[in-house]
Amino acid sequence: MTGDPRTQGQDQSDLFTGDGSDIAAKPTVQGTPARALPAFVLGEELSALADADPRIVVLTADLASANRTVEFKARHPERFFDFGIAEKNMVTAAAGMAACGQIPFAATFASFLGILCAEQIRTDCAYPNLPVRLIAHHSGISMGYYGTSHHALEDIAMMRSIAGLTVACPADAAMLRAMLRASLDLPGALYLRLGRGRDPVVYPEPPADFAFGRAWRLREGRDLAIITTGAEVRPVLDAAAMLAAEGIETRVIDMATVKPLDIAEVRAAAAETGAVLTVEEHNLTGGLGSAVAEVLVEGPRRRFARHGVPDEFAPIGPPAALYAHYRLDAEGIAARARELLAAPAA
Amino acid sequence: MTETPEAPESREPPETAAAAMPPRAPRDHNRAPGFLSDRARFIRKETVRLSRIAGAGHYSSTFSAAELFAALYYGHLRIDPADPAWPDRDRFVLSKGHAAIGLYPVLGDLGYFDPALLDSHTRFGSAFGDHPDMKKIRGIDFSSGSLGHGLSVGVGMALALRVQRRGARVFVMLGDGELAEGQIWEAAMAAAHFRLGALVAIVDRNGLCIDGHTEEVMAVEPLAERFAGFGWQASRIDGHDFGAILGALDALPPPGEGPPQAIIADTVKGRGVAMMEGALNWHVGNLSDADYDAVMAELDAGLRPPVWEHER
Repeated sequence: MTGDPRTQGQDQSDLFTGDGSDIAAKPTVQGTPARALPAFVLGEELSALADADPRIVVLTADLASANRTVEFKARHPERFFDFGIAEKNMVTAAAGMAACGQIPFAATFASFLGILCAEQIRTDCAYPNLPVRLIAHHSGISMGYYGTSHHALEDIAMMRSIAGLTVACPADAAMLRAMLRASLDLPGALYLRLGRGRDPVVYPEPPADFAFGRAWRLREGRDLAIITTGAEVRPVLDAAAMLAAEGIETRVIDMATVKPLDIAEVRAAAAETGAVLTVEEHNLTGGLGSAVAEVLVEGPRRRFARHGVPDEFAPIGPPAALYAHYRLDAEGIAARARELLAAPAA
Repeated sequence: MTETPEAPESREPPETAAAAMPPRAPRDHNRAPGFLSDRARFIRKETVRLSRIAGAGHYSSTFSAAELFAALYYGHLRIDPADPAWPDRDRFVLSKGHAAIGLYPVLGDLGYFDPALLDSHTRFGSAFGDHPDMKKIRGIDFSSGSLGHGLSVGVGMALALRVQRRGARVFVMLGDGELAEGQIWEAAMAAAHFRLGALVAIVDRNGLCIDGHTEEVMAVEPLAERFAGFGWQASRIDGHDFGAILGALDALPPPGEGPPQAIIADTVKGRGVAMMEGALNWHVGNLSDADYDAVMAELDAGLRPPVWEHER
């Protein structure tokens, strides 16, 4: 027996190894240069940005090799902090750093960041509106046979319900660069949902006009619109090419920011194409599809409305005053119902 | 009244930014024993007054910390109420956020805001809720309320101050009941690992959580030994004795690289009002009109010697 015992007899091109060695040692992964993969770009881009911006600090939780923040550690050791296997402490400490003027990028598996640390993200990052950048990598089912403990199929739904939190999913390395750069000027907290880091190229270059909250229309078509995000963008584009061969023209929309959603682009897709399909690596409850459905089912001239608390943290007040403020008492609910009935029908 | 978190630091290298900072004198301190005990009485009386506006309040958790608040804010912290975002100030994180009702009057008294604003306490649209909000209240260094988070906040602040090469300290006031939260010990481990000598944990060891005595609900002792076992330097003091509190604060080593510092302050929950001292049913309460007047009179009369938990 020779070689790495973890890789004996396996197809290494689809192997996840926790220390990142499967890509670190390879010139290409499935045809894409290893250095052009998101897994490498994260550490490299943060290192370059930190050369010019002393606010940037990087935190991880015993995954510096898996997420390649070791590259940041090598270049900026005084601004790199490994918190060990203590994700909640890492996220709250990042918030403490942000309260003192730093821009912390805290990176670990999405299952442990978006799910385990949901309360720390809500209470310590989003509620004080601090510029913490939560880098949730290996999201969805990208860790394959590691199993449910390491999957994150709920994080978009959980993060999307936190007031003021920006939720974005880069499709590839170039989009990741664009998001990291733009994040330096983004107010409030950001949840950046990455795949396994082996995602092939979608964008040859980082979109020069990138802005959070804007969708990218990657292919035009009138028969169908597919709205997708993150690691599913590439397979959706490939699917659109297959459909085109059958005479079905598909509009492909990269909803790179899931929250705030590009509502105009969703409405345009529904108005200008024959059907809308959403595609996401996430539980069907609460994710991108739910966000799109909320826009399409609700709105002017619709006979459906959601009544509840808008995307904000509630003010201070006695409970009865808060229920009245949000019209969640009987009088308020009745008033909202009358408004819905009075609105002109489609 | 609204204040956003302090503006991000300039993009100058930290050392340059720190060097460009003009030297600043922190607020003058007043450590006269009569003055400090009067301020502790003020904290308790304001807690009683503001609780009546709310219709309920965390009396006893605030009373146990009254001397600690007074000693820190009037006698020790390097702060400047005229410039709440002063980058070189000491930070104070109230991890036991439910005692904020005792901190708000101090901040108003020091000039962070008009004390008259406190009359809106907990009313609709007020900046002052049961737990402090850093976005709404000048002088609050971090929002709190979810127990177990504050020491992690302090770890992050101390690391940021190190990156920026500032000499300030970070004080975190912990309740004893919240020490059952696992995140506290994640933070304790990290603070020692990163050698955060600028981080000071002050435990308001009043002995009680909501369901009973901490040692019966979830034992936290031996506290000093536990912190020491995590790599901290720990001292244990009478948390109602100004001489002991200021002595412990003055004895802190310089805030550079070194073991983080824990001050276990033995206190009496409900201290200052006889019917609340050591009582389980005053964690959250609401005084009747008759009791309100009696309690105010009792606070005006001054503190009697404490009756400690082990003496009951």
